Order: sequence, then C-alpha cells, then structure tokens
Amino acid sequence: MSDAEIVKEFLVESYENLDRLDQELIALEKDPGNRETLASIFRTIHTIKGTSGFLAFNQLEAVTHVGENLLARLRDRQLTLTPAITTALLSMVDAVRQMLGSIEDVGNEGERHDQELIVTLTRVMQTKNDTNPTAAPSPAQPESRQNALPEPGPKLGDILVSKGKADASDVTAAVDRQSEGDPRHVGEILVEKGVVQPRDVVDALNAQQQARGQSASDSTIRVDVAQLDRMMNGMSELVLLRNQIVQYSNSTDDSELLGTSQRLNLLTTELQEGVMKTRMQPIGNIWSKFPRTVRDVALGCGKQVRIEMEGKETELDKTIIEAIKDPLTHLVRNAVDHGIESPEVRRAVGKNPEGLLFLRAFHEGGQVNIEIMDDGGGLEFEKIRNKAIQKALISADQAARMTEREITKLIFLPGFSTAEKVTSVSGRGVGMDVVRTNIEKIGGIVDVQSKPGQSTTVRMKIPLTLAIIPALIVASGGDRYAIPQVSLLELVRLEGEQARKGIEQVNGAPVYRLRERLLPLVYLNRELKVDAKGQDAEAGEAQSVNIVVLRADDRQFGLVVDEINDTEEIVVKPLSKQLKTVNTYAGATIMGDGKVALILDVMGLAQRANVVSEVRDRSLSEEGGEEAQVAASGNQRKAVLLFQYGESGRMAVDLGLVARLEEFSRNTVEIAGDQEVVQYRGQIMPLIRVSEALEGRYRKAAESEQESLQVVVYSDKGRSVGLVVDRILDIVEESFVMQRQTGRNGILGSAVIQKRVTDILDVPGLIAAADQSQLLARAQA
Amino acid sequence: MAKTQQFCTFFLQDQFFGVPVQQVQEVIRYQEMTRVPLVPSVIRGLINLRGQIVMALDLRRRFGMEDRTDSQLPMNVVVRTDDGAVSFLVDEIGDVLEADEEHFEPPPETLKGQARELVRGVYKLEQRLMLVLDTSRAVASADDGVRKVN
Repeated sequence: MSDAEIVKEFLVESYENLDRLDQELIALEKDPGNRETLASIFRTIHTIKGTSGFLAFNQLEAVTHVGENLLARLRDRQLTLTPAITTALLSMVDAVRQMLGSIEDVGNEGERHDQELIVTLTRVMQTKNDTNPTAAPSPAQPESRQNALPEPGPKLGDILVSKGKADASDVTAAVDRQSEGDPRHVGEILVEKGVVQPRDVVDALNAQQQARGQSASDSTIRVDVAQLDRMMNGMSELVLLRNQIVQYSNSTDDSELLGTSQRLNLLTTELQEGVMKTRMQPIGNIWSKFPRTVRDVALGCGKQVRIEMEGKETELDKTIIEAIKDPLTHLVRNAVDHGIESPEVRRAVGKNPEGLLFLRAFHEGGQVNIEIMDDGGGLEFEKIRNKAIQKALISADQAARMTEREITKLIFLPGFSTAEKVTSVSGRGVGMDVVRTNIEKIGGIVDVQSKPGQSTTVRMKIPLTLAIIPALIVASGGDRYAIPQVSLLELVRLEGEQARKGIEQVNGAPVYRLRERLLPLVYLNRELKVDAKGQDAEAGEAQSVNIVVLRADDRQFGLVVDEINDTEEIVVKPLSKQLKTVNTYAGATIMGDGKVALILDVMGLAQRANVVSEVRDRSLSEEGGEEAQVAASGNQRKAVLLFQYGESGRMAVDLGLVARLEEFSRNTVEIAGDQEVVQYRGQIMPLIRVSEALEGRYRKAAESEQESLQVVVYSDKGRSVGLVVDRILDIVEESFVMQRQTGRNGILGSAVIQKRVTDILDVPGLIAAADQSQLLARAQA
Repeated sequence: MAKTQQFCTFFLQDQFFGVPVQQVQEVIRYQEMTRVPLVPSVIRGLINLRGQIVMALDLRRRFGMEDRTDSQLPMNVVVRTDDGAVSFLVDEIGDVLEADEEHFEPPPETLKGQARELVRGVYKLEQRLMLVLDTSRAVASADDGVRKVN
C-alpha cells in the first residue's frame, strides 16, 4: 500500500467517524452520563490522533491530543459536560474536518492557527465545575479505563497473556496502575516495566486490530459511486433490451422464445431492483447532521429546540439524497430560526419552553414522504397576505378571496421573501421558492400546512429514483410521448354522445366536468403545435376523447391525447443542451421498438398552457409574460441576493456564497487593530463595508444614521467575514448573462437582474482587496 | 513536406464539404427520427444510436438551403461535441480525403448569409473546392436558434 493510499484510507475512515462524532457529542450533551457514547467519542479521537501522528500530520495531532485529554477527563469523571465543553469539542471536530479537507485537497493540513482552539480546549478542561455528575459514579467501578472503553474484540493484555508474552498478574498490575491515574496504555506500562518487548506489543496491537476489524468488514465493502453509476447505466441498457425482446417475442408464436423472454423479463426486473437497492441510502445519512445544525442555530438565536426523528431508515436513491440535502437543511434551519419561538414567548403562551422539531419519513405509493414539523408559532396569514399585495404578487382583490391554504402557498413564490424577512426573525419564506424549485426538479412536490400558534408542517413527496421510472405512454399527432406516472391521477375516456357533448367551453377555454368539478383541458397537439392525426380532433367531431388527468403543483388538468397506450418502465435519458431550453420535455427514452420518445415535463407543460400560471408567474409587474420567461429559461437560473449599494446602485451576490444574513446593532461593533469586528458565534468576525471597500473612501456620515448594520456573512475555510451592505433588497432566482468587467476590484461584472442593471460582487476578491488595503494602511502607520 | 489533414466529406445541394476525421464518430445511413415539437426546425429530431439518444441537425436548413424532396433520404454524419454526439443530416457521403494545408484559404469576403459563420475555410482541390465546416458553430448556433424561436 502506497503512502497516498494509506492517507486516502485514513481520510475516508476519519470522515465517517467525524460525522458520527457530531451526533454523538449532541447525544452526549443530552445524556452526559452515557459512558458508551463517551467511550466511542474517545475512541474516534484517539484513532485520529494516533494515525495522524503516524502520518506526521503534526497540527492535526496537536489538536486531537488536547481533545483527547479533555475527553479523558470527562470519561474519568473529573469533569462534567457543560455546553461550553461541548462547543469546544465541536469546534475541535470542525477544525479536524477542515484539516482533513485540506489534506485531501493539497496534501497537508494547510496554514493553521489552532492555538486559540487548543487554549480553549485546555481552559475548559481546567475549569472546575461543581455541578454534580448526572449519573452518580457507582463506587464499584475502579476498573475505569478498560470498562470505559468497551472495545469490541480482545483486550491487549489478554492477547499478550495468551501468546505467553506476559503474565496475567503483570497485566492486572498495569491495569491497576492505569486506574490509579497513569495515563499510559497497558502496553507502554508493561514495556517500561520490562515485562514485554516493544515488538510483542506491536504484534499484539496488530492482532487486536485484526480481530476488531473483521466483524464489520466481513459483511460490507466500500464501492466507488462511479462504479455504481456505471452499473446503473448498464442496467438501464439491459432494461431497454429486455423491453425490445419482450415486445418482439410477443409478436411471434415461437413458444420457446416466448418462455425464454419471459424468464429474461423476470430476471431483469429482479436484477434491476437489486442494482437500485445498492444505490439506496437511508435518509438518516443526511438527517444525522441535523442535531448539530439545530443545536448551532438554536444556540445562535437563544432558543431551546429538541429534534426527534422517525423513519431514519427510509431509503432513497443516492442522487435524490444529494438533491434534497440542501433544501432539507434549509427547512430545518428555517424551522428553528423562524418557526419555533423563544423560550419566553413559549412559556407565555403555555407551551413547553423547549420547542420540538419533528422529522418523519415514510414510504407511500412508490414515493417517499418527508415531513418537517415544528410546534412553533405557525404562519401569520395576515402578514403573508399583506406582503404579497405589497410586492404586487397578487392584487388586493385576489387576496381577499384567497383561502388560508392558498395564502400558505404564497410563501413559495419567487420574490416573496423581502428585506425585512431576510434579516429579521419575523417570518418564514426566505428562499422557500428555491426549496420548491429544487424539490420539483427531481419530480417531487412540496406543501406547507400551518396551524396558527401551534405548528407548521412542510411535507414533501419525493420519487424513489430518477433513472428508471414508470410512465404512461400516450400518442398525439402520430408521435408517442411518455408521461411520468408520478403526475398521473386518472384516465378518462369519453365516447359517442359524451365525446361530443362532454367538453364545454368557458369563454373559449375547454373544460370537462369531472365529478362535478371543472377540469381545465389542454390539448397536447395544440400545445406542441403538431397536427392531430389525420382529421381535426375538435371535440365535436372526434369519435372518442382521451383525457389524461394530471397533477401539476396541486392543480389538476386534463391532457387530451389521441391515444392512451400502456404504462411502461422507461429509462430516462437526458436531453442535449439545445433541447433543454424548451421546458416541455423532461428527457427522452428509447421504446421497445427502438424508437425514441420524448418524456413530457408535466409542470412545464402546465406552465406553457397557463394551467398554473397565476401563481407561478414571477409577478404581475413582469409583463414579458410567457415569452420572456421561456426565453429567460434558456440560460442557467441562478439564485442571488440583491442589496442596495450607495444611493441607488444595485448589487448582487451569489446566494451560494452567503452563509447567513445578520443584523448587528451599531454598539456591538468593536475595534480590533484598526479593523471593525463583531463577536459572532464565539468567533471574532471582521466587518468589511462593501461601499467603502469598493470605492476606497470613507462614507461614515451615511451609515452612522442607521441604528443597525445589515451584514451578509460569508464563510470560507472556517473564516467568517461580515460584509456590511447598505440595505438588503431581495433574494431572486433568475437567469441572466453576466458581462465581465475588468478594472474594478471586487466586481465580477454586471448583468440585468429584475430588469435593472446590477453589479455582481466578487466576494473573495473583495476580501482579498480589503486585506491588502489593511496591510498597506498598517505599513504606512 | 507539407502538412496534410484527413477529411470526411459530404455533399449538400451541389456543394462539397469536409469535416476533419478526428471529429467524426461515425457515418450512418438514414435513421428514423422522432421529431421534437416546439424547437427550431434545424433540429430534425432524435435518433437512437445503439441506445444513445442523438440530436439530428439538418445542415441544409442550417445553411438556409431548400429542403430535400421526400424521396431523398439524408445520411447521418455523427460528430463528437462537448455536449455529446450530434448528427448532421447531409445529402450524400463522399470519400475520406487527404488535403494539403498549402491549398487552404480562409473563406472569401463575399461569402454571405449563414455560410459566413459556418465555413472555416476552403481547400482548393484539383477537381473542386471543399468547404470546411465549423462543427461547433453549426451546433452552437442551433442553440441560439432555439432561443430566438422561443
């Protein structure tokens, strides 16, 4: 094994352990007396420390060494866990993660300044805390070390004894010395006493490692995801081939071929399920990060939040897991930040001061349901209604007629979130449209329900997999199209008299009475601008009418097609870039007869036909209508944060670069050196005034009028920088073309966003420039 | 010794075109296509190339030439692009030729219309002229076309 391989293995193993560590630390905070958790944490840090020492990652070793000492004191009950200690340990985990990331990227730990962390860790270790340990130590536990670390597998001492290298009595003596406070390992003590040779200890350690390793590695192996992707692709081809053969064999009367193809059919289905299963991951993999997120957010805004989960084991395809990770995280943060009230408020209304965030996942009808429930204040319908009117998303007239459910939906509108909402803790809806877009991108739907004063629940329905989906095959204008079954509600066929009279018109818009409710009808051939087969398929003249009832965004509409064929498992193939510009197609697939069929994007089709237009349209003010929207979708849509710059300038920053939006009161700003700083989440965060940095001059007068500073927090490699902006305007998701511009430091270029010329901020460039001017200023001073 | 390059050649109306062989994945006879409604007419449809879905661009339409008659089935010249394989529909396939760089000239200033951006230059062969097609432009500007139509 080469060095690089050893390092790689170390990284993979350590990353896994770190993820667990976050959870375990949070669990330990809840239950400080749990020795097993503590032992497990200790073990993980110990392993990382040991290996990093061996691989000469000295900074990593230094940090983990202090952490280990702290953990040892916790384990030995010389200390009890306090939030301060947990925070210190979590920072240590973060530091370790950063170093591992750096090792992965550049091969070393990078420039580190961990002295502060080490000091913090040492300090919390030395604070005497008088609080009684939650679990009183039982007197009958002097054999602390060996028992505190219930390592699976044989103990080192036992191995040495069994190999005849040491006497049982010597081992016992060494263990006793440990429990008396000797910090060294049994092996070290024995070597020092001259009982065994160092070589024997190493041999025994290896034997121990082997014995431990076996149990886990026997039943599972690690597989490269790329390998799984290749397997899935091959599987997709096989499914296609199977479809072709089955179709061909059905048209012959060769019984032998028929039998063989049936068996092929069965086997392929089984194999397909098997391959899909290998790509499945429990949703718990992403949820496991949430206790930490919740703790951090809750601590940051002074709330108490308990997180509960149900259905952690619910499995989803890896690509889907990846796709829902960010939206879920966003929702969880949102729920803690905005949903759950502060302990005082909760007490005042008679609730448990500790809020509850409940995550639930379960399978239902070939889909996965995910629910995120908080028992906070719920949505404030009036506020949302007013906001939407104010933002011209709906008219006052419309608003008056809206039900609570419809109002709830407004928070998903692009452009709904506003400056006040972005910075303060007043409402939800920050980036909810982004959440929805991302969920819909993978064929899922998202919905919010809220009981005022009681709870808010966000529900999502997500498909299990994306690669092979069941679809209904329809024909229109002589071509076949596939409609993903997820969007399908029912099929209606009108014949004879019904076909002629069943379809009525509302001022030219065709509708059908489906169980006494009007179902708007969309003719596929008209939408696609293709001729219906042969004759004019106007409702009156057709022999029969086939209606596919579809669901798009909680609205129903009937798609009228020439023919309805079977449902089939189809393999989704992406369309080339040139075709993605039309949002009517979700992809293409190869049918049993080898021909290509387009997969309809039901959402896109509904938008095109204006079925979902009134709420989906960006806003009433944008009158370009469909044309503008479709044209715009030609480019990549991007989420940006807009803020005011100077008197009337507008500037945008990529939302991906924004860690958080904060508002700091003026008097919390302190000066360190000649740099303005604020205390932020246990760190000292430097502030950069964007206008000043860009223009290189001081504009104190304008800002001193403001009571508070609006700050965009940017984090990179653990360093947070606060960008002070004049006013935060909005978060928008739009497609735009940026025109590059050189010559202005800190500006990437400009683009037209929301129909206005907007400069795009180069955050890293700005920070670098600010750093430099600081240095210059200092050099001159 | 002058440098030479190999070209895969084809005909469009009465003109003779060439594409460097390295860019060509394969040449196949007419394939049935699935039309894609709502996209520019340059995109004739999608073909199934052994399980791979490939977009077919009609070069006659790309150059603004008149359409082939119904009885005239186009051939596919499948080229590799950054965005996967794309098939160019052409009238007829010619030989693979070796052309000498000495005989290359940039397109004449008088070249008009679409051809101006799609032709990289001309090789003066003994018998005739060979126009070198800029494949990435041919594909990319189809992209622009999509936006315009919408």
